[in-house]
Amino acid sequence: MLLFRRMLSLLKPHWLLFTGAWLSLVLSTGANLVSPMILRSVLDDGISARAWAPILSGTLLLVGLAIVRGLFGFTQSYWSEKVSQSFAFDLRNNLFEKIQTLSFAYHDRTQAGQLMTRLTSDVEQVRSFVASALLQFISALMLLVGSLYALFSMNWQLALVALVFIPPSMVVLGYFMQVVRPMFSVIQERLGMLNVVLQENISGARLVKVFGREAHEEARFAVKNESLLEMNLKSVVAIASSFPIIFLINNLGTLGILWVGGYKTMSGEISIGELIAFTTYLSLLFQPLFMLGMIAAQITRASVSNERIFELLDTKQDVEDSPNAIVMPAVQGHVRFDNVTLRYAGSANKVLDGVSFDIPAGTTVAILGTTGSGKSSLINLIPRFYDANSGAIIIDDHDVRSVTLDSLRSQIGIVLQETTLFSGTIRANIAYGRPDASDAEVLEAAKRAQADAYIQELPQGYDTIVGEKGVGLSGGQRQRIAIARALLLDPKILILDDSTSAVDAETEFKIQQALDDLMHNRTSFVIAQRISTVRNADVILLLDGGKIIGQGSHDDLLRDNAVYGDIIDSQFGHQLAHEGVI
Amino acid sequence: MWRGIQGIAELPEGKAANTSVTAKRLGVYLAPYWRNFVGIIFLSIIGAITQAGAPILIGMTVDKAIGTKNTTLLWQYMVVLLVFYVVGAISSRLTFQYMGQVGQRTIAHMRSELFGHLQKLSLRFFDKNPAGDLMSRIVNDIDVITQLLGQGLVMIIGNLFTLVGIVIAMVLLDWRLSIASFLLIPVLFIMTQLFAASARRAFRKTRESIGDVSSDIQEEIAGVKVAQAFTRTDVNRERFSQRNAANRDANVSATAITAAFGPLVDVLAALGIAIVAGYGGYLVLQDQVTPGIVVAFLSYVAFFFRPIQALSQFYTTAQSALAAAERTFNLIDHPVDMPELPTQLPVTHIDGAVTFDHVWFRYDARQGQSGDADWVLQDVSLQVKPGEMIALVGPTGSGKTSLVSLISRLYDVTQGSVAIDGVNVSEYQLTPLRHQMSMVLQETFLFSDSVKENIRYGKLDATDDDVIAAATDANAHELIMSLPQGYDTILGAKGVALSQGQRQLIGIARAILAKPNILILDEATSSVDTRTEVLIQQALERLLRGRTSFVIAHRLSTIRGADRIVVLDHGKVMEIGSHDQLMAAGGMYADLYQRQFASLVTPAATPAE
Repeated sequence: MLLFRRMLSLLKPHWLLFTGAWLSLVLSTGANLVSPMILRSVLDDGISARAWAPILSGTLLLVGLAIVRGLFGFTQSYWSEKVSQSFAFDLRNNLFEKIQTLSFAYHDRTQAGQLMTRLTSDVEQVRSFVASALLQFISALMLLVGSLYALFSMNWQLALVALVFIPPSMVVLGYFMQVVRPMFSVIQERLGMLNVVLQENISGARLVKVFGREAHEEARFAVKNESLLEMNLKSVVAIASSFPIIFLINNLGTLGILWVGGYKTMSGEISIGELIAFTTYLSLLFQPLFMLGMIAAQITRASVSNERIFELLDTKQDVEDSPNAIVMPAVQGHVRFDNVTLRYAGSANKVLDGVSFDIPAGTTVAILGTTGSGKSSLINLIPRFYDANSGAIIIDDHDVRSVTLDSLRSQIGIVLQETTLFSGTIRANIAYGRPDASDAEVLEAAKRAQADAYIQELPQGYDTIVGEKGVGLSGGQRQRIAIARALLLDPKILILDDSTSAVDAETEFKIQQALDDLMHNRTSFVIAQRISTVRNADVILLLDGGKIIGQGSHDDLLRDNAVYGDIIDSQFGHQLAHEGVI
Repeated sequence: MWRGIQGIAELPEGKAANTSVTAKRLGVYLAPYWRNFVGIIFLSIIGAITQAGAPILIGMTVDKAIGTKNTTLLWQYMVVLLVFYVVGAISSRLTFQYMGQVGQRTIAHMRSELFGHLQKLSLRFFDKNPAGDLMSRIVNDIDVITQLLGQGLVMIIGNLFTLVGIVIAMVLLDWRLSIASFLLIPVLFIMTQLFAASARRAFRKTRESIGDVSSDIQEEIAGVKVAQAFTRTDVNRERFSQRNAANRDANVSATAITAAFGPLVDVLAALGIAIVAGYGGYLVLQDQVTPGIVVAFLSYVAFFFRPIQALSQFYTTAQSALAAAERTFNLIDHPVDMPELPTQLPVTHIDGAVTFDHVWFRYDARQGQSGDADWVLQDVSLQVKPGEMIALVGPTGSGKTSLVSLISRLYDVTQGSVAIDGVNVSEYQLTPLRHQMSMVLQETFLFSDSVKENIRYGKLDATDDDVIAAATDANAHELIMSLPQGYDTILGAKGVALSQGQRQLIGIARAILAKPNILILDEATSSVDTRTEVLIQQALERLLRGRTSFVIAHRLSTIRGADRIVVLDHGKVMEIGSHDQLMAAGGMYADLYQRQFASLVTPAATPAE
């Protein structure tokens, strides 16, 4: 309930339109309720009494009321849609902003698909609640109370006859809500599973053919298809058993009123017009019952979505600007770790355990260690993607937590292991970190990243669209775009997670050249994949189990550190073997 | 089941090129159910009679029973009305059930036929039709056809008869009042069509704008780390807000149309009631009709709006469903380019001798006009003895993957021939032939299923122990045991995400399990670290003893152990020989080797002795 109140508070900026929609609803529902009364007077005062004037005025009034109803019906749906769309707009913007700022730690443990659902179907669920259910609830109550009042004011005994038919229709409605509706979600689920088989069969076509598994695939599909059909057939019977019965009950109500009312009309207790008006009000009485049933279901769904939305909005920022953060001055590149310990949320293990080192500006640092030794964690701490549990990371005498995130990160260049390309031109992808960069600067960065040559060969050159719907690029080509991206920033500190992916010899050579250029003249931290990088590094940090077990140049370590020799041998033995060949 | 104007507007557009042929073909699917249709039509007629008859009975009750205070007549009429209502309910229940069952069965049948045909199509087809497009086309088309067969037909048959019944009843009761009421029918029909057309345009915009919003969300969630690293979050937020606003505005203007439609129909309905009340009242005063007839007409005008709307919706649904059906039939009719032939040989075992004899190949199978540039393989000849290990080397685009694809006949050669054990591959039965070999691809495809089942894909009847043994050989066991549910961990889109290298290990386990007589590794270990690669190679060496294998790799270290190395460039075989032979020859291979080596050792560094 508290969450619902918060949701409604988001409607505040749109209160004027919302009130307008609400008033429109009251007016159009009112017109709806009055119409049968007018019809009654046409029948009684006009047709039965054989007077023309009431017929004419009643008819005109009916048309007038219809126009009023239509007009307000329109403003009600239009305004409420406008309110709900603006509401969804705000909600989506808030959620998007939140997702953009949540830390790496949050994104590590959250699936992209889940976040996607929050922003799309959850928002839509809550929006449609705001757009329709909220107002329909009021309308349903008005119709219910209004038609009951009309019935009882005309004749209470006949009104009681009408009421008799409500409980059975509630039973059928309850059956529909409890039994039939859940079937639809089962159908959706099974259809989803069927489509997964289809989708995997299509995108995995090569694998299916390679293993000659067509028959197996058909069997898999048949099972899902059969189970979907079975549920569909069940639902057909269930729907066929509910709607006609509800109509029948409604019709039986009309029959009951005609029957009992017929006697009362004969005895002069009520008029013909009242009798007809009674049957009309009876169907007005049934409408809100359906509406309330549907609204109840919608409330349940909307409240689940609502809860999930606010859960995301309320997620605590674990990495954010401290209240008195200052703007980081121009970075020189002196990086110091002081007894740093890092433990990921929900895990008992320390990923980094008492790591300390001091790297002067302009140094190239190679980070070496087995998988899981904490290499990636270490480099992720420098731009403060995570916060250390204890200890401090200090850049040029500033603790990274004492400066603003933007000013810190904009001065650090990063090439991640997997290159993310965004849908857009290659130019925009290179200029990702500096959207205002000139074409000449982009070209220069691409040249130095050894990417210019292949980009020029693409059909639209730098304007070629890449990303999900664009031209596919090879791993080596993507990596060079990432290098160009970092070069364009011209950062004083560079972080590089070298990819493990093998590329052909030519590309390998080019990437190596690009990397050499990139690391020149700045403080560079490199998770090394190439023996040459390790040997050329000024300092090598040897990590094992989250601890630094060796630090120094290649020659120093080779001489003093037994573990170093082993790691070099196991990771680069292959590459060294090549050298031996020559 | 009335989906409203928005339902119409959201249907996909397009007309079938040949409506009558497509409709007839749909009819063929429905033909086996002709008995059901006879029942449905019979029941619909009964339903129509009860629906059209009830208001007459009510009118007669007002005139003859209540008007004359005849209580016997009143209860007689009431009993008849009760029968009408009950029979009506039963017939509508059965119509719905029969029609719904026919529709659902037909759809299921079409689905399985479509899927079955897709299995027969070769990779050429899948190369030409991107998976995403194909998928969304099939899903959407089947959905639209379901709307027609599942709900559309139920509605239309019932409503058509009801409308006819009502019209007959009205004309019989009073022709003047009927004509007055019918004036509204064309207005309603035209209005619905006009609104549907403009609502369609509006909803096309909303679909596009919501597409923009979702793809933006998807991309920004996937790239959120990069966005933070490059401090791009503000720019992203601004762009998202713009797309979000465009979506909001498109929705609001679409609503202007749909929100107007309902009230207009309402006004029209009220107008109908007013016409009947006014003109009917006038006729009563003139003693031309009885009050009971006016009462009956009042319920008729309220009634016949529904079937007319249903009819006009059906028109739109049927049009898009026929277009969808035509596309679906085209897919089902898509020619199979590697048909099964009765003359093909069954295969239970192959020795693994592979012969390429002057093979020319290009992806576009059409002969003629295309120039030399299209050739992916040119005059390739190669004899491989059983048990030999062949490595394929060459720059990206030199034809290595195409060459190995021809061995398992993923494509047919354009000229020349590929033979296994001396028999042309096209003379073998296709599936049994493929069961004799397996191929590990660079991109490992994983199904949304457990690790165990994903590996078992290589040999469907393998026991769990076999699976574990294969995983161990592929060096994947340790990785799998570290997953939350071990071998039962669900992979794929909704499951645990594995890295490229981890996926490759699963792919290798799959191939090892298959124990093929010919194994093809296409960059199979490209994303695996070098240390693991060595271990996998050792396992493969054990496994491959006596079996033929083809290995494609960029890392020259991976292929040095091959019996023979084939160097390809621009689809031509440049050199064949062992590592030592080729190094000694000092040709292209030696050059490639030196180059890769040069990138490993920077000029400044002297090799360690």
